[in-house]
Amino acid sequence: MDTVITASAVLPAASRTAMTATLRIFLREARSEFLRLLRAPGFCVPTIAFPLMFYLLFGVLLAGHGQSARRALAAFLVIGTMAPGLFALGITLAVDRERGLLQLKRALPMPAGTYLAAKMAMSMAFAAIVATLLMLTGAFAGGVVLSVSQWSLLLALAVVAVLPFCAIGLLVGGWVKASAAPAVLNLIYLPMSLLSGLWVPLAYLPHGIGQIAPLWPAWHLAQLATAVVDAAPSAGLATHLLTLAAVTAVCFALARRRLARPR
Amino acid sequence: MPAANTSAASLTGVSKRYGEQLALDQVTFGIEPGKVTALLGPNGAGKSTAVGLLLGLTRAHCGQVQVLGVRAGELAARRRTGVMLQSAALPDTLRAGELLQLVRGYYPKPRPQDEVAALAGVRELLAVPYGKLSGGQQRRVQFALAICGNPDLLFLDEPTTGLDIEAREALWAVVRTLAAQGCAILLTTHYLEEAEALAERVAVLVRGRIVSCGTVDEIRAHGVRRRIRCVSELPVEQIRAWCGVTGATRDEHWLDIESVTAEPIVRRLLEADPKLSELEVRRSGLAEAFVRITREAA
Repeated sequence: MDTVITASAVLPAASRTAMTATLRIFLREARSEFLRLLRAPGFCVPTIAFPLMFYLLFGVLLAGHGQSARRALAAFLVIGTMAPGLFALGITLAVDRERGLLQLKRALPMPAGTYLAAKMAMSMAFAAIVATLLMLTGAFAGGVVLSVSQWSLLLALAVVAVLPFCAIGLLVGGWVKASAAPAVLNLIYLPMSLLSGLWVPLAYLPHGIGQIAPLWPAWHLAQLATAVVDAAPSAGLATHLLTLAAVTAVCFALARRRLARPR
Repeated sequence: MPAANTSAASLTGVSKRYGEQLALDQVTFGIEPGKVTALLGPNGAGKSTAVGLLLGLTRAHCGQVQVLGVRAGELAARRRTGVMLQSAALPDTLRAGELLQLVRGYYPKPRPQDEVAALAGVRELLAVPYGKLSGGQQRRVQFALAICGNPDLLFLDEPTTGLDIEAREALWAVVRTLAAQGCAILLTTHYLEEAEALAERVAVLVRGRIVSCGTVDEIRAHGVRRRIRCVSELPVEQIRAWCGVTGATRDEHWLDIESVTAEPIVRRLLEADPKLSELEVRRSGLAEAFVRITREAA
């Protein structure tokens, strides 16, 4: 209670009102971005239905039981997390830039950072939906048995780990044309997921591919997801987390520089 | 039109360069509260650059850009500014009503949604996804977004492109009302009749320079001419040689004559051609003045 009183005493009423107003704008903006894509089948089908369909085909029908079923879920969870980050941000940003919406938003009184933050929140919401659907499929059809804390951790991981892919999407969306964005993003999405051993385990791929796998953020995320489903703390936990954080920070900083208001 | 302290927004000695090209050259002009100011100019004259500077979308190389007492583009200015850009494609899948609610939410004291919908004539469109609206309907929604924040300063860039006559008249009426309530409005348009109908002040921009500015009447009076039109077989070359005639052209049987004063020319025409018919005399309008001003400046 003491801390609450202190905080409200330190923060003048005006700035608290301003913060509430900014939060409200952010929530409305995030909701609009979410509805905008939820109503676009061209986005929803590839991002939500495709990972689910491929998981049913490769993960549920072909993967078997026990550890292989758990690891298949982990792999498809990563595939399902990558798409909302890359595509939702990359494509909408490229479109907004090209069609003048970004200009209009800049002229409107949106608080700084709201535009990008709303897009990231929207991607996290989509990642949560995809992850929930995959986990339900895994639990009820894929023979995956996990504890409640493992399921929760897996969901939390998917929601947070969409951020590095958001940052990559931002970087692409900030540079390429709207018509080229889907192709460029697929050129990142598909090879990276394959080279990270998400479609076929690395053990079955040529040795060299396994050697360079640590270059890909998706591989690091897969290690974390595998650690969760195996309930075995990964040896390089800190490395994986730091790599993902670094990718997020670097791509986000570059994208922000690209999108910064003219000085 | 000096950028006085009373201006809602002003450019003072502003230059803007894109690479080698000088888009604006020492431009000074202001937008005043309660007035519609029209910024006119041929394509590529720098109108969009001027609007972009006032919106804070781009920065000047030199000079000052002030908007509502602060630097252009600052949040405090944007909170009191409404904007309708020439091309801004809003998300197709969001409904007009959702867009309106979203944009209203950005402003500290927005106009009530019903009032905005009625003013912009979008009441029946609120439930329709933006992508399903016609071009003119989309323009009306954009106008609704521009006025929804109850702005003190309003930028309208080609606002009536794609609108039918009825919708255009309705938009004009709202613009006049807003100006009467004290809103400062900057209008950029290709339709000179629109500037003539709405604007009290006009600034003409040619090749990045303000070449003329003043009230619509002052601009119209720039080298004011009389236009005489009639059906006559008199040779054009002969008329061109008459004193006071500044130009003459023929379109089949029709003669178009431009002169400094009408009466001596009309008298002479009637004397020279007793069969002359369909005689018409009128004062040149803003359109002709604009053409003359831009031609002289070029």
